[in-house]
Amino acid sequence: MASFETQIVETDLLILGGGMAACGAAVEAAYWAKQHGLKVTLVDKAAVDRSGAVAMGLSAINQYVGLKDGVNTVKDYVDYVRNDLMGITREDLVANIARHVDSTVHLYEKWGLPIWKDEKGNYVHEGRWQLMINGESYKVVVAEAAKNALLQDGVGQIFERVFIVGPLMDGDRCAGAVGFSVRENKFFVFKSKATLVAMGGAVHVFKPRSSGEGMGRAWYPPWNSGSSAFFTIRAGAEMTCQEVRFIPVRFKDAYGPVGAWFLLFKSRATNSQGGDYMVERRPELEKWGPYGRVKPVPANLRNYLGMLDVMEGKGPIYMRTEEAIQKIADTCKDDPKAYKKKMKDLESEAWEDFLDMTISQAILWASTNLQPEDRSSEIAAAEPYFIGSHSGASGAWVSGPEDLQTDETKSDYFWGYTNMSTVKGLFCAGDASGASSHKFSSGSHAEGRIAAKSAIKFIVENNSMPELDAAKVESLKAEILKPLDTFEQHKNATTDPEINPNYIKPRMFMFRLQKIMDEYAGGITAQFTTNGSLLNKALELLGLLREDSEKLAAANLHELMRCWENTHRLWQAEAHVRTVLFREETRWPGYYFRSDKPGLDEEKWHVFANCRFDPQKNSWEMRTRPIKHVFGQRQEPAKAAA
Amino acid sequence: MPSFVNPEKCDGCKALDKTACQYICPNDLMVLDKEKMKAYNRDVSMCWECYNCVKICPTQAIEVRGYADFVPLGASVTPLRSTDSIMWTVKFRNGTLKRFKFPIRTTAEGTAVPDGGFATTEKLDTPGLFTEPASLGLPEVFTLKR
Ligand SMILES: Cc1cc2nc3c(=O)[nH]c(=O)nc-3n(C[C@H](O)[C@H](O)[C@H](O)COP(=O)(O)OP(=O)(O)OC[C@H]3O[C@@H](n4cnc5c(N)ncnc54)[C@H](O)[C@@H]3O)c2cc1C
Ligand code: SF4
Ligand code: SF4
Repeated sequence: MASFETQIVETDLLILGGGMAACGAAVEAAYWAKQHGLKVTLVDKAAVDRSGAVAMGLSAINQYVGLKDGVNTVKDYVDYVRNDLMGITREDLVANIARHVDSTVHLYEKWGLPIWKDEKGNYVHEGRWQLMINGESYKVVVAEAAKNALLQDGVGQIFERVFIVGPLMDGDRCAGAVGFSVRENKFFVFKSKATLVAMGGAVHVFKPRSSGEGMGRAWYPPWNSGSSAFFTIRAGAEMTCQEVRFIPVRFKDAYGPVGAWFLLFKSRATNSQGGDYMVERRPELEKWGPYGRVKPVPANLRNYLGMLDVMEGKGPIYMRTEEAIQKIADTCKDDPKAYKKKMKDLESEAWEDFLDMTISQAILWASTNLQPEDRSSEIAAAEPYFIGSHSGASGAWVSGPEDLQTDETKSDYFWGYTNMSTVKGLFCAGDASGASSHKFSSGSHAEGRIAAKSAIKFIVENNSMPELDAAKVESLKAEILKPLDTFEQHKNATTDPEINPNYIKPRMFMFRLQKIMDEYAGGITAQFTTNGSLLNKALELLGLLREDSEKLAAANLHELMRCWENTHRLWQAEAHVRTVLFREETRWPGYYFRSDKPGLDEEKWHVFANCRFDPQKNSWEMRTRPIKHVFGQRQEPAKAAA
Repeated sequence: MPSFVNPEKCDGCKALDKTACQYICPNDLMVLDKEKMKAYNRDVSMCWECYNCVKICPTQAIEVRGYADFVPLGASVTPLRSTDSIMWTVKFRNGTLKRFKFPIRTTAEGTAVPDGGFATTEKLDTPGLFTEPASLGLPEVFTLKR
């Protein structure tokens, strides 16, 4: 075995990840841990200042309910999320985040995040729930509060550049995590009383549109590779909504954000013939039950209408930026001075939107000499991603809070500790927890706080350090370092280390996974369409790929990380394919379409589709869980105003 | 070649243990060639063009050349980040220049206080988070049980 020192770290609460949810968890945990004399440890594969989906910055906070102003209620937010997810939502979880998220946003402001204000000092809204920010340093500011909380009073410690591979178990209780440093030959064993998973979602499970140099420019950042899903699945946690992938429609190729254009600038999107698919294809919405009639139209249905245009050969689809800017500028066309200033402000707002969060899109505009006030820009559907915090919903099945249950929901949705998975001592937040979408950056932070407080309560009430079996730890170490050994053992068998019949390098492993998912599980080249036969074929090929994951080879620490990232992706892929197969209907056209089950089946499938990998039996179990309402029982979903 | 290093400007962070670009890259891409004492991006097809290496480099040695598989040559987008704002220079392929300046934070670096100055009154077994209800701007936290 490769020679690696083993470092054992004992802690009370272990926070895995350093993104929005983990930073929220750190701030909250530090307060309660100090009160109870506990220790908190946070581990991130990168540098917390710039890690996760917000590493580049953002131009908007997408969840702010505004409870103190009395404009929206917690229930309003729940209605919005349930409708957008075609009825498949845990109301208790969404309500819990909604009642706390404003608190997180108000903290951001105190910490120094510039939130846009109008002349009256009120937040500038992009849409009903979204606030505009100058967000270049969003992550830096949020990370700073987390670091200050953990480090100032000595309650905590932070490990950066440590890649977490998987869980440590003590029977049915999570006992911590194992991983390795990507900077030095060091194997890490984190022993903990409670573990909070917040390692984001997954990209590059499906083949991206760009497969050359631009492969890394997926909408979702290439460094989040399904570690949350792998960790929770391998711990034996029940998973939910694994079929609910997210496909955003964004500016084509560089994936610049469209939110500001649609919501703030009120832009239209039209096809090559000038037709507006949201108007022309309105009758199609009738086919999608009550969800086709709500406002705003669910994200997947909006996608679907645009996709129908493209499939009929009516592309490209254009964001009509020039028309939108002109319309706004026209409001002051009689005052030349005001008009000039308005145009200048709009230009700056449009560019900042990209420079704050998708700089590549600014490069693409500049390199094609495109100025948004002159010319439209193409938009297109990206590839599928797993991001339970955005408009996808995949993640672990977690307990809701006791005080947001009704007599009917309690038996199904509550088991002792808020945000604890079905595995004792294993908590989840952000992209790691499922069936509670639309939490975005702010809601993920709030949920991290909720989960951390709950995990500290768990520790106080279950204050014993789990037992570790030394032999088990040694065997995990051997398994994790194996790709280095495989490479050393076989590297001289050929003249080119990349081509060797005895092993597979992580990059080619990833391409193999992406090809399977793209062609059989409804990726871009399959027009997001699949069926039972294709999915069964995918399972067969994923099975062979899983066998070959034993033969992954790494020449160095960086490649060792790539090996495990791709094993993580593989398990996310399998959970997805199994659940798409299990749910025998098409519920989210625009995210995926099952051609053999082409319609909505409310009678049979108005339920959660859950799965669980049994680590003892080495097999998957599928089951449904009921959907129950916390707020008012209604046949028709609420018509939330746009 | 999304992010690239100008060899004339890179000084290998003066041979210190940790180079700034290596420290910050969220995808572990920037590495120092110890013989040449110059940094490089080891896997450009896994680069998100997040610009974090560009913004942090003390000698401004790192630039970005848009992804070759869909970005025409000739444009550049260059940041200059200070403690409270960022200035962007956008150069078009046809030579057009645009400059934008945006605030990045309203407080001094390092000063974020975890509780934001809000009162902390909650207990471990109440539903409120540690700064609530003060940080909500409400008298109490929403609940169904009363
Ligand atoms: C392109 C894009 C645009 C968005 N725009 C907006 C917006 O405008 N407004 C908004 O509010 N939200 C937006 N979001 C959503 C928001 O970014 C996410 O909801 C939020 O970041 C989720 O938080 P998280 O903590 O779950 O994951 P992340 O913030 O992604 O954090 C994941 C963390 O896990 C770490 N990690 C991953 N794997 C491992 C491992 N194996 N070991 C150790 N650490 C690991 C990562 O380094 C990172 O620190 C956007 C997201 C994307 C991708
Ligand atoms: S941060 Fe700049 S100067 Fe330092 S090693 Fe990287 S490129 Fe060179
Ligand atoms: S632009 Fe971002 S992803 Fe690319 S090398 Fe620099 S820090 Fe890494």
